[in-house]
Amino acid sequence: MLEILEQARKVAQQAEVFTVSSEETPVQFEANRLKHIQSKQASYRALRLIKQGRIGYAVTTKLGGGRSLVDMALETAQFGQPATFDFPPPTAYPQIKTYDPEIESVTLEEMIRLGQELIDMVRDYSRDIVCEAGVTKSVISVSIINSQGGQANYQRSVFGLDIEGSLIRGTDMLFVGDSESSCHPFLQAKSVARRVLTQLEWAQNRASAATKTLPVIFTPHGVASALMPALMTAFNGKTVLEGASPIGSRLGETVFDNKLWLWDDATLAYRPASRPCDDEGIPSRRTALIEAGKVANFLYDLRTAALAQTKSTGNGSRGRGSLPTPSPNAFIIAPGETAFEDMVQDIGEGLVIEYLMVAEQGNILGGDFSGNILLGYKIESGKIVGRVKDTMVSGNIYQLLKQVVAVGSDARWLGGSLKVPSIYCPGLSVASK
Amino acid sequence: MSHIEAIGHQLAEKLKKYSADYIEVHLEESQASHISYRGRELESIGRSTAIGGNVRALVRGGWGFTSFNNLDGLGDKIELAIKQAKAAGNEKSKLAEVAPVVDIVPAGIETDPVTIPLAQKKRLLDEYNEVIWQTPKLKTSVIGYADSYQKTVFASSLGSYIEQERADISLRLSAVAAANGEVQQANLSLGSRGDFGQVQRLHQPVQQMARHAVALLSAPQVKGGEYTVVLDPVLAGVFVHEAFGHLSESDFVYENDRLLKIMTLGKQFGSSELNIVDNAAMPGLRGSYKYDDEGVPSSKSYLIREGRLVGRLHSRETAAKMRERPTGNARAVNYNYPPIVRMSNTYIEPGSVSFDDMLSDIKQGIYAKNWYGGTTSMEMFTFSAGEAYMIRNGRVAEAIRPVMLTGNVFSTLKNIDAIGDDLAMNQGGGCGKGAQVPLPVANGSPHIRIQHCLVGGT
Repeated sequence: MLEILEQARKVAQQAEVFTVSSEETPVQFEANRLKHIQSKQASYRALRLIKQGRIGYAVTTKLGGGRSLVDMALETAQFGQPATFDFPPPTAYPQIKTYDPEIESVTLEEMIRLGQELIDMVRDYSRDIVCEAGVTKSVISVSIINSQGGQANYQRSVFGLDIEGSLIRGTDMLFVGDSESSCHPFLQAKSVARRVLTQLEWAQNRASAATKTLPVIFTPHGVASALMPALMTAFNGKTVLEGASPIGSRLGETVFDNKLWLWDDATLAYRPASRPCDDEGIPSRRTALIEAGKVANFLYDLRTAALAQTKSTGNGSRGRGSLPTPSPNAFIIAPGETAFEDMVQDIGEGLVIEYLMVAEQGNILGGDFSGNILLGYKIESGKIVGRVKDTMVSGNIYQLLKQVVAVGSDARWLGGSLKVPSIYCPGLSVASK
Repeated sequence: MSHIEAIGHQLAEKLKKYSADYIEVHLEESQASHISYRGRELESIGRSTAIGGNVRALVRGGWGFTSFNNLDGLGDKIELAIKQAKAAGNEKSKLAEVAPVVDIVPAGIETDPVTIPLAQKKRLLDEYNEVIWQTPKLKTSVIGYADSYQKTVFASSLGSYIEQERADISLRLSAVAAANGEVQQANLSLGSRGDFGQVQRLHQPVQQMARHAVALLSAPQVKGGEYTVVLDPVLAGVFVHEAFGHLSESDFVYENDRLLKIMTLGKQFGSSELNIVDNAAMPGLRGSYKYDDEGVPSSKSYLIREGRLVGRLHSRETAAKMRERPTGNARAVNYNYPPIVRMSNTYIEPGSVSFDDMLSDIKQGIYAKNWYGGTTSMEMFTFSAGEAYMIRNGRVAEAIRPVMLTGNVFSTLKNIDAIGDDLAMNQGGGCGKGAQVPLPVANGSPHIRIQHCLVGGT
């Protein structure tokens, strides 16, 4: 790395070298049986440089050959973005635990047993369920070094368990599923299995929804599939800078229900989205986004922060091989005080939405969403009575979240980077065939 | 001889000596460049190179797979894949018989698009962006261009050794218009198998796209409900790929008896006019190839013929397990993943109805064009069209806001009651399955008419 940095400094004013190496072991089950065991080693190195006020950028998986990386970055620097920032100088980073050495000692046999146990628990409900499941462990190492003396590196372990089951009767198809992940290895499948079994029980009978406006409870998965994509875009500093975020000019204003609190946090111990610094070497932090319904902040990387005349919030992230761009680390909505069961009991006629199949449409930035309920249930007289199908819902997330009836006490992690509770909304437009 | 060819030749000799039911090695070298704009400003420009590979081994029906960027110590990697396969295996290995192949397949293009100077690519995109921004009421534009050149080496314990090269180009443009708190957009996406000429001289369609985004601001929204809908070749092509094509991928059905029952060969899925094909052997498209990633020659496969299900897409394993003919549809997005059953160039064959005749007896309906977004879950689909117009008294009438179409795949296929004579292939798509995205594919169809299609609205 140092060698490339040296070469780059000879031809450019500033330079930064970012290197990632990862080793991943997925164990995969198909049609209820163990099918694949894999081992994936991957690495890449990215060089970003500033030459005559412009950014140059190149990426390679060849960690050896430095010359061509510098040459490629130089070619792009002729046309690159104007450099609006300097690479960060030496900084003190928070101590954030993201690596559990226990992960190294988890054996393939233990992973196989865990996956099989999960499938067996789900198939106890019905032998007709066909499951695909995965158990994965991985270790990733990241290092950043730049010409201004900035330097950071860390290691992270991630362990994950996921399952998808299908239950088919005639041409009627039911898909259920859940997952869990942590930096700690965990060797019990009960909590994932329990959530899948609940989906199966609630979907056991069929129910139909009327075409009208109905109260709706979004489960944590429902919040994730229907509401979060638009919020993530709206709080992105880049969307704000482009003038495209509907909340971009409303900092400090109450836009959402005062029961709603949302923040981004990369500092939680042993969470898969945590890290001491972002992909540009900016220290990680917790950034409040909604405080009691008020818009509190937006998320920035170095470049968008400079253009917006503010500071990076430590949200510079690189997709595989791309330039950093602002992106959420871990989005967290604070749990409320209402139990999920109490929300259901409160509804005479309504819906629970677990997974929404969303089709992107015209006014996404404005918060409009619509979709087909892939997995959802009907509530009648305070009870879940069965699964609804061929049912579309449409609405606007800003109208929905302006006034919610209740926020659930059931906040939980969905994958590594989202922790949300159920949200109970008074009315959503429902169309049924 | 390049690095990966030299390693590939050495390995090919050794693969038969290991104790596994089957072993294959993929090695890959690639170069790529990309340029993107958001608004008037260049957002990102970059170049990349990659080298990597994988080893896949089959023992007693279990697969082991190792992928890597570092090509040193390949012997150990082969041993590891075999060890993993042994740990996963619990039945008899089954792979459809194919003849070993030794072949070298060039990219078949005059100029590698990655070697075209970035300055020239940027100049073209600048021109398109200028065309978009000349349109009044325009809020912003988004442009993404990417190209790549890839060389792969495949060697298997069967004795196959195949070198293949391919180039790929994709271009997506969006124009976003805004007024009075309303935001509307229009998109154009296309691609080619490395021919830069196909993304040049698009100034006129780009201008139409930008004008359409602005026109949408004042277009009315249709009332939700059931309509007679005519789909253009782009949207119909995506429909056939998403809603039907994925059901034809045998890895979904080969071990799922209930799904297999739905997908029984011979079953009637549509009218006798309906023919659906997947054809990687069709030359020059983004989904075209001579051999798949298991070294199986590509083929033209009828999925639906005269309305009946007659075939499906296979890897060697799914073909053997279902006792059907291998079709050469095992593809991997890159060396980080094992090949899985994928589509290539998928299309509805042309019928005999002209576009005008298709419209002529529709009193009120919707003409939906271009694809914007959507998903399927086998049985159900939800798509949004990029453009939509009312059909009134047999003619295309006023533009309306883009519509969302939703429904059950099986009943919708049965409701196709007219198939046009104007097949066109679209190359703008990238297919996703699991983590393997975007895989270059092409989709196509003539105009088609669907009765009783559920359209979302207000």
